[in-house]
Amino acid sequence: MPNNNSHKASINSDVFPICLRTSNLEDSSSLQTYLSVGGYEQIQRILKEKISPEKLIEEIKISGLRGRGGAGFPTGIKWSFIPNDSAGTKYIVCNSDEGEPGTFKDREIIKKNPHQLIEGMIIAAYIMGAQVGYNYIHGEIWEEYESFEKALAEAKKANFLGKSICGLGFDFELYAFHGYGAYICGEETALIESIEGKKGQPRFKPPFPATYGIYGRPTNVNNTETYATIPWIMQNGGGSFANIGVENSGGTKIFSVSGHVERPGNYEIPMGMPFKTLLELSGGVWKGRKLKAVIPGGPSTPVLPAAEIMKTTLDYDGLKNSGSSVGAGSLIVMDETTCMVSTLKRLSYFFYEESCGQCTPCREGTGWVYRVIKRIVDGKGKPEDIDLLLDVSKKISGRTICALGDAAAVPVLSFIKHFKDEFKYFIKNGKSMMDANS
Amino acid sequence: MLTKITRKKIDGELKKFPVDQKQSAIIAALQIIQTENGFLTDDLIALAADYLGMPKIAAMEVATFYNMFELKPAGKYKISVCTNISCALREADDIVCHLQKKLNINFNEVTKDSKFSLKESECMGACGGAPLMTINNHKMYEHLTPQKVDQILEELD
Repeated sequence: MPNNNSHKASINSDVFPICLRTSNLEDSSSLQTYLSVGGYEQIQRILKEKISPEKLIEEIKISGLRGRGGAGFPTGIKWSFIPNDSAGTKYIVCNSDEGEPGTFKDREIIKKNPHQLIEGMIIAAYIMGAQVGYNYIHGEIWEEYESFEKALAEAKKANFLGKSICGLGFDFELYAFHGYGAYICGEETALIESIEGKKGQPRFKPPFPATYGIYGRPTNVNNTETYATIPWIMQNGGGSFANIGVENSGGTKIFSVSGHVERPGNYEIPMGMPFKTLLELSGGVWKGRKLKAVIPGGPSTPVLPAAEIMKTTLDYDGLKNSGSSVGAGSLIVMDETTCMVSTLKRLSYFFYEESCGQCTPCREGTGWVYRVIKRIVDGKGKPEDIDLLLDVSKKISGRTICALGDAAAVPVLSFIKHFKDEFKYFIKNGKSMMDANS
Repeated sequence: MLTKITRKKIDGELKKFPVDQKQSAIIAALQIIQTENGFLTDDLIALAADYLGMPKIAAMEVATFYNMFELKPAGKYKISVCTNISCALREADDIVCHLQKKLNINFNEVTKDSKFSLKESECMGACGGAPLMTINNHKMYEHLTPQKVDQILEELD
């Protein structure tokens, strides 16, 4: 597979490679390379010194690490939900079902540094007393699924997985599981249903996976980047990680930059970096054009106009104060020629296509929203359509089992909030404001 | 009946799950069967269900839910092009137009010689390489241009 620019980005001296720390080394994904940077030393130290799970959780709490899949829940707190001493099988699951448009960081970790993810999962299994783990990988990144299987075989052969890891008495089996084309399986209970061999339809919560997950057993689900961060925190201490970032946003984060920039790719940077700096790192807006807007964390997070994002820092509080959120760290950059109405049409089609169909407001509402926007783009919009879009979207939001319904409403509400004139123009003139300018 | 090779591959997947949870292997089993056959028929789905000891309807639900499964004959080479936002911003439309013109088919159609079929795809999780496509689900091609597409197709027999 041809290399992309993300490789160059991750070795930029301004960044701290943590999850991607082997990415500038030759044969970065091999066991040998990971061992050369101190790989698998932490799990051995923990097992040898019999460090208590409570102490390790405390370290993770100090690090300020928050779930990197989008929800941003503090990892240390989450891991204390699973009682370590309950009898029977417990599972941990890595969510690499990366389908949120604009997100491609987990793929990079699996491709460049899979063993750090594996070690992170072993440590997590030790902390939560889990015996079995699965890494659920997005079906479309098939080559990464296969390369992860190879990494698992390497780790197993070297006794980092399986019975009595490194002869230190702890058993843990880890398997790769592939999806086959369903965005909704990134939702943790849909993912669990999928592992059970069913349609990926989210479950009602409670009960939460921590008490009732795979096959009804306690299960912890975290994002790839979250697990992959753990070995570094164990090696360098939670405080060192927290010091890299800013208040409330510890450490580094991989931001996936796509769309209208000169160098799309993954950038692992300290939390709190101004967006402006990351835009420069990614080569600026392409073709020498001006910035129009950015979706900062994937389409489930509100779009921000250029003026707003240019003064924002990339961390949980910074983006929250700007009226959006970190999400999965998926920055979709749009230049001045972008038609926001047509862009919203494509996003709305996505949510309509990927709704699992279980809840009526989402199943019917996403289709309704798409058809109204399509009508506008086809030049048949009516003046009342803007209010109709807002009304339908608000009636999907908060009325569904999972967050896909809420997510579907976000682009509609935020695109109209910031770019209402473009929608009005399209309805009035039957064509895009961008066509008028060209 | 499923071939010996198919069964062996499915058995490999079954090792990942508890012995009483064979259904967990249904996505993998259908993937294995589709990769060999090009698409899934009702009979093949039923064979997979029988092999895993699950109701046929449950296997059918899975086959119809996950969109990388093909329930109708596909071309020898199934081309799936992502048209979601990051690809759209990097002019995926040009790639789609080029492919449709070159192959003389629309989305969800197969060429007369059955060599190619074309599908529109949702986000594949590789947006840094936009625009992109996969061939037969498992091979991804990134940073596409019409010229690059020509080259890729020429290399297929």
